Amino acid sequence: MGNFDKKLERFWEVFIEHGGYVKVLTGLQNTVYIAVAGLAIGILIGTLIAIIRVSPKNNGLLKTLNSLCVFYVGLFRGTPIVVQLLVAYYVMLPMIGVNIPALQVCVLVFGLNSAAYVSEIMRSGILSVDPGQMEAGRALGLNYRVTMLKIVIPQAVKNIVPTLGNEFISLIKETSVVSFVGAADLYVAFNYIGSNNYEFMVPYLVMALIYIALVAVAALIIRQLERSLRKSDRRH
Amino acid sequence: MIDVIDLKKTYGKLDVLKGITTSIKPGEKIAIIGPSGSGKSTFLRCLNRMEEPTSGLIIFNGQGITDRKADIDAHRRQMGMVFQHFNLFNNKTVLDNIMLAPVYLALRDLRRLKWRNRLIRLRNLFRREKLPLHPINTSKAQIKAEARETALRLLKRIGLEDKAHVYPSTLSGGQKQRIAIVRALAMNPKVMLFDEPTSALDPEMVGEVLDLIRQLAHEGMTMVIVTHEMGFAREVATRVLFMDGGSIVEDDAPERIFTNPQHPRTKEFLSKVL
Ligand SMILES: Nc1ncnc2c1ncn2[C@@H]1O[C@H](COP(=O)(O)OP(=O)(O)O)[C@@H](O)[C@H]1O
Ligand SMILES: [Mg+2]
Repeated sequence: MGNFDKKLERFWEVFIEHGGYVKVLTGLQNTVYIAVAGLAIGILIGTLIAIIRVSPKNNGLLKTLNSLCVFYVGLFRGTPIVVQLLVAYYVMLPMIGVNIPALQVCVLVFGLNSAAYVSEIMRSGILSVDPGQMEAGRALGLNYRVTMLKIVIPQAVKNIVPTLGNEFISLIKETSVVSFVGAADLYVAFNYIGSNNYEFMVPYLVMALIYIALVAVAALIIRQLERSLRKSDRRH
Repeated sequence: MIDVIDLKKTYGKLDVLKGITTSIKPGEKIAIIGPSGSGKSTFLRCLNRMEEPTSGLIIFNGQGITDRKADIDAHRRQMGMVFQHFNLFNNKTVLDNIMLAPVYLALRDLRRLKWRNRLIRLRNLFRREKLPLHPINTSKAQIKAEARETALRLLKRIGLEDKAHVYPSTLSGGQKQRIAIVRALAMNPKVMLFDEPTSALDPEMVGEVLDLIRQLAHEGMTMVIVTHEMGFAREVATRVLFMDGGSIVEDDAPERIFTNPQHPRTKEFLSKVL
């Protein structure tokens, strides 16, 4: 283990003295940013897709939109996110000729990817709400959209917070591929530290620990959220 | 008040309503009885188009609500509906359950009026003769305060004002159903539609709900009520429709239906349930 002590020492040296910690902090920040912003976009677009998918398809427009949504979800769930990142960054962007920083592209791709998953989660959440809730709203003369937004979706969201939480945790872990398009995440930071003296054992170990801590914090937040939502149910 | 002309409803090959014609006059209390699966709920739910009729006409206050162009939401606001399973909004307190629709709709109307006035003001910039603005004699705060007052008055009426701020999950079935009824009343409906309002209740709670419906009847509310409570139908209804197999088999005063039914199927049904 004397060997390990030495490795630890070297890691510490690079981490503190060669500015490794700055890279780690930046990486951490980017990781969290991509996951949080990605989930936010995912919830927004995913909810929209879910609403379209559960709406009664009584006209051509809704039928077309529904098919588009099915296609979208199939596309994003049917390909690995690395592929989506690569295609977005190295194919789509050059094709339309715009220059967007890698980090922003990552947020967008993770958002669009997550939207596909969130839409399915949200859809099953909406379908799990008693149809009587929609009926009661409609019978009072509220229209479909208002009843959906004020009555059905809030109940659906409450039912799916745990599943959405899992999606968030997956997202955190999946961000570890963003270096494929040159975004600086935790992997990039620890890789930098490791390459400094060709010693990867400790950096990668610490990286794993940081991911574990990150996921633990996320799980804690989700549990807290669940509990506060449940409390509002029983308020007297 | 409501005229139904040759109303038909099919689910695939199943003829659930086979051409129903009847009319409901203001002040009438109509009880619909009949065996399960005879189409009672489907008929009731066609009246406010919760079910889309396959064919036929429904005319409410002189307007065809089966028209494609009819503003069904506007009609539904005048037809209160009470469900077997209460359907209180689980994510809203009792008070919010009652206030939600009236407040939302009043605020929406206010918003529309304000926009119209903005447009008029804009047009007035370019006119010598100014167009008059729509008078607005209410405000957001006032709408909410009034709706709250109405809701609390209704809750007081059913003795549940202390439940105003609880969520439905904490209430008994009887309490839920009475709140569902006053939630519908808060819209000032012209007619109330009840679909087996006591069928999901424990026996000891049936009375409190029937009492409330009875009060409404005595106040002159027009109502259509699908029920298995024969005693209640006999006491409160001014007319009883006996449905079987998707048709109205017998339509008569309660005294005659219950003491001297004409049709053999009515006789058979009543002999089973009475
Ligand atoms: N959504 C539906 N799809 C198919 N069949 C239905 C549907 N709703 C009702 N039915 C059928 O229509 C018939 C009448 O139902 P309903 O109006 O609920 O009867 P009731 O209220 O008199 O018991 C039943 O045979 C029922 O199975
Ligand atoms: Mg029924």
